[in-house]
This record gives sequence, C-alpha cells and structure tokens, in this order.
Amino acid sequence: MTPSSPARVVVTGIGATTPLGGTVPQTWEAILAGRPGARTMDYDWVEKYALPVTFAATLAVPTSEVLSKPEQKRLDPSAQAALVAAREAWEDAGKPEVDPERLAVVIGTGIGGVQTLLAQWDNLKEKGPRRVYPLSVPMLMANSPTATVSLELGARAGAQTPVSACSSGAEAMGMAIEIIRSGKADVVVCGGAEAAVHALPIAGFAAMQALSTRNDSPETASRPYDTGRDGFVLGEGAAVIVVESEEHAKARGATPIAVLSGYGLSSDAHHIAAPEPEGAGASRAMVEAVDKAGLSAKDVVHINAHATSTPVGDVAEANAIRRAFGDEADHMVVSGTKSMTGHLLGAAGALEAVLTMLSLRDRVAPATINIEDFDPAIDLDVVRGENRSLPDGDLAALNNSFGFGGHNVALVFTTP
Amino acid sequence: MALSENEILDGLAEIINEETGLDAADVQPDKSFTDDLDIDSLSMMTIVVNAEEKFGVRIPDEEVKNLKTVKDAVSYIAGAQS
Repeated sequence: MTPSSPARVVVTGIGATTPLGGTVPQTWEAILAGRPGARTMDYDWVEKYALPVTFAATLAVPTSEVLSKPEQKRLDPSAQAALVAAREAWEDAGKPEVDPERLAVVIGTGIGGVQTLLAQWDNLKEKGPRRVYPLSVPMLMANSPTATVSLELGARAGAQTPVSACSSGAEAMGMAIEIIRSGKADVVVCGGAEAAVHALPIAGFAAMQALSTRNDSPETASRPYDTGRDGFVLGEGAAVIVVESEEHAKARGATPIAVLSGYGLSSDAHHIAAPEPEGAGASRAMVEAVDKAGLSAKDVVHINAHATSTPVGDVAEANAIRRAFGDEADHMVVSGTKSMTGHLLGAAGALEAVLTMLSLRDRVAPATINIEDFDPAIDLDVVRGENRSLPDGDLAALNNSFGFGGHNVALVFTTP
Repeated sequence: MALSENEILDGLAEIINEETGLDAADVQPDKSFTDDLDIDSLSMMTIVVNAEEKFGVRIPDEEVKNLKTVKDAVSYIAGAQS
C-alpha cells in the first residue's frame, strides 16, 4: 500500500438472522447444503384476504426465541432482526473496545416498520387513538433498526439509514467505507434489516406481478436463471457486519474475515420499478466497484448476483455483467443465493455480502438451486448442481444489489 | 366484582413486567415509578392504557402525573372500579 492510497477497510465480525438460520453459521450451512428457506405461511391474514401468494421465506428462528419480552414489544420486527444480527456480529468481532465517538452505525431497510404501522392503524380503527401504542412512531420509522443498534452498542459517531429499496443493505456497506476513509469513525456496524412479510406488502408486490405464485411448491419457487422463474419469494431478516480500518483491527489484534475493498453506485433514471434493459447503470456500478478496489476484471473470480428470480431482472443483470466485464466474465463463477434465502429486500445486499465473504473464506461458490431448465438467455457461468471450489491465492468477489427506483450498488470483497 | 388491592397490584406488576422486563416481584407498593422502577413517561402511558383495559377503568391523562408510586396507582384503580 502506498502512503497515498485510502485506508483498507476490513470486516472483523458478521451476524445474521435469516430464513435459513438464526445465525451466520446456521445460514451458511443451509446454503452449502442447498436448502430452501421458503415455506407456506400460517398467518390468519393469508386466508382472510385471499392473498394470491401464500408462502414466504420467513425467519428460521423467530426473534421471540432470542429476545426479551420488552424487546419484542418495544421494537418493530425489523429492528428486532437488526438487533439479533448486530449482537452476533459484535460478539464475532470480539466486542471491540472503541471510543463511542469513533463508533458509527449504518443499517439500511427497504420498507421500514410496516408491521407496526399496520398493526397500529388497526388499533386506531378498532379501539381509538388512546389505544395507539405510545412507541408507534419510533417503532415504525425507517431508522428504527439503526437507532436500536446505536443504543445497544452506545455508538455516538453517527447512526445513518440508507433507504434504496433492495439495495439498501449494500448501500449501507458503501457508506461504511466512506465513513472509515473520511476518518470520522474507526469502527462501523453496518448492514440491512427487513420485516415486511405482511398482507399489504405481499398484496402490493403481487399486484405488480413481482412475486412467484408457485403456491403448491414454495421450496422450488425461487429459481433464478431457470426458464420457469415467475417472480421473487419475499424473505425477511437482517445481516450486520463490523468493519474497521485495517490499522484499527491490527492494533487490537483482530483477524479480518475479508477486506471490503470497494463499492460502486449508480442510478438508472429509467423507470420507477423496471430495470434498464441494457444494464448500463448496473454495469457502471460494477465497473466502479472493481476500479475503486484497485482491481481489474481479471481479478474477480466470483459474483454473488442480485438474481431475484424475476423473468426480466435476471436477464438484465446478466447482460449488465457482460457489458461491464466482456469476455472476462467467462471466468467469473456466479451464484444466485436468493434461490435459498428468498429476497430479503433491504437486508438482501447485506446478507449476500456476508455470503460473498464466506465464499472467499471457504473458497466455495454455492450452487443456485431449483434450476431445472437453464435459461439460454443467461450468458454466464452459473453454479448449479454442486457447489464449486474457488482457486487458492488472493481472490476478489463481487456482490450486486439493485433496487426499485433504479438504484444499483456493487460491492467488492477480497481475501484478507 | 371489584378486585382487591392485592389483585390489582399483581395485575399491575404483570403489565409492568411485560412492558419493561422488570421482575414482577420488584413492583412493590412503596416503589416510585420514576426513581425506583426507572419507568419513563412513554412506558408509563403504555402501562396506564394497558391497566385501563385490564381493570376496566379510565385513568385521565391529567391524573397520571399524580400516580407517583405503585400504591398511588393501585389505590386509584381500586377507587375507580365500580
């Protein structure tokens, strides 16, 4: 590293609660085993409103099994998930001793406290204004997961909340790089949280035909790159990581899991929900991420793709990857882990960042499950059937996240 | 049928436990909501609303500030039952 190059940002702790497990090790084990997280929902509102989609990738370990009663009562499910993931990440990082004014939190969300909003709206209609829970507003606000984690850890260097739909979690990690490099903080706890498995978001996503309606087979519904894909599977959960300057990590003797080497960000200004079909914006984000990491396309061996299992989105991303890297994309091994996790919206990018780092650590690219008939329109080396080994030596991997609104975020991780 | 003050105390302790995580056994008549139990005004409002529902009474907002100890609340609820 030359003296003029920016500080290296390393990841020293990871945490997650997901449809596959209540922790990172549980989740990763399920990913490597190819287990799907989608299941039929047993909420009364599924039948009550005759929802067109009756399944989702709900949390494998409900937060009620790990949080105290007051925490469950006083926090929206999105903040509950963030708290569970943040505690695991903080523990995993060895509970760093850090000046509170040098510790920041950045946790993104797509939709925020929608379950609280809807439950309290019901309260208002059915029981009147006095019965609206006094903590309704701080629970439903989008910055609630961030604020909850900031309170938990006593973080006083700032607590920020990017909201960019399904790229929120990835954007949070990009912001963390900037915070460390600007010198504002030594340690940043960052990630994404989402808890939108509720009748209204499901009805809304279904109305735009974004969700798979494979109600008779939830386990095989999320099938990125398969010709039979018919939409994404709504997931919920949170993933949080602890990042710090390499100098800070070294000084306290922490072992990095990976280096958060670069990020790229762009906006399409094309359509409020549809991806730009040529993938110009998405490819710019990918190229920027690799550039900022000080790497070139030949260094990238693995891509954890956004790959939500929508007919249009998967092809648009594949085209964007080709546009960004040309022939170099031939040697990039692509995984679509949403085939197992479902789509965690604002937490998706954060969860996939964790999975990307684990792929580098264990040198394995997970197989995308549920591909029965590989779509010939996808000109990529997609891992399917069995997990694929990654080579020895220094490796770089890319993680893509795209959000409604035309948000594109790409992250680059490298082996430490 | 009106509840005894002991029954009200138990019910109130249960509400406070659920809202704050405080051990129900710590909710004793002489305890101050703010100084001893560390209950903030937002939690107090939730406890009041839950108590109204549980005991079938109305506790006006202007009355809440007079409920300084657990005993104050128990007595008020007992008196408000009809």
